[in-house]
Amino acid sequence: MTSSTANDTSRATQIYRIFIKATPQAIWDAITKPEWTQRWGYGLRDEYDLRPGGKYRGYANEGMIAMGMSGVIVDGEVLEADPPHKLVVTWRMAVDPSMASEGFTRLTYEIVEGRDGVSRLSVIHDVTDRPGHGAMIAGDQQGPGAGGGWTWILSDLKTVLESGTAMSR
Amino acid sequence: MTRDDRVFKALADPTRRVLLDRLFTRDGRTLTELESEVKMTRFGVMKHLRVLEDAGLVVTRRAGREKLHFLNTVPIRLIHDRWIDKFTERRVSALTDLKRQLEDSA
Repeated sequence: MTSSTANDTSRATQIYRIFIKATPQAIWDAITKPEWTQRWGYGLRDEYDLRPGGKYRGYANEGMIAMGMSGVIVDGEVLEADPPHKLVVTWRMAVDPSMASEGFTRLTYEIVEGRDGVSRLSVIHDVTDRPGHGAMIAGDQQGPGAGGGWTWILSDLKTVLESGTAMSR
Repeated sequence: MTRDDRVFKALADPTRRVLLDRLFTRDGRTLTELESEVKMTRFGVMKHLRVLEDAGLVVTRRAGREKLHFLNTVPIRLIHDRWIDKFTERRVSALTDLKRQLEDSA
């Protein structure tokens, strides 16, 4: 895919899907429990109040605090929680003023049990009219230290659930 | 066939790579939209999309009466993490940076 180097980050919805050898419950826990969320991806300490209208907050981890970031990195609200199969939240990069001013995106996790202990996780992220968020989750800002958006995050989640240790740690 | 095998097989065909390029440029397209961009019958495009879907490179969702096709880049990332990251990331990224610089200045 070398013929185009820039994608259209105003795309309304982006979808990322991965197969993980883990139960839906294990995947659900890895996404929603703070002791798990700090072990993969950007390692935020995520706190969910898992009922419609409940708060969602992603707090800075120790490494971020050491770099001078603190408090709420990501914020949002739970729209739907059907453990361990479906979680819908609003989601916003609160720590960056220009991103925060774009407003909330809508993020859906769907977990489906498959055969042989393999489950399918789909991430449907609606970033309509949120170009900053769209570029970030697509990994367009990938570079030293910037991470690689959902593809990298989900690859890391698969690694931590299947091997016990994330690539990022 | 393993999941990796299906990804490599799907990527081995130039028409399928063009379809992925089209979805990369703009995501969430219908069959009719995709069909208008390649010189191929509707049936041919459907067959290629099915191979891409089986490989997990395309994910479809219904929106009303329409079936929309989305690019899923995760399988390519997994191959990257498994086969490239492990051994040669630094060298490969130096080369891709060089290629980009040369092409941009050309």
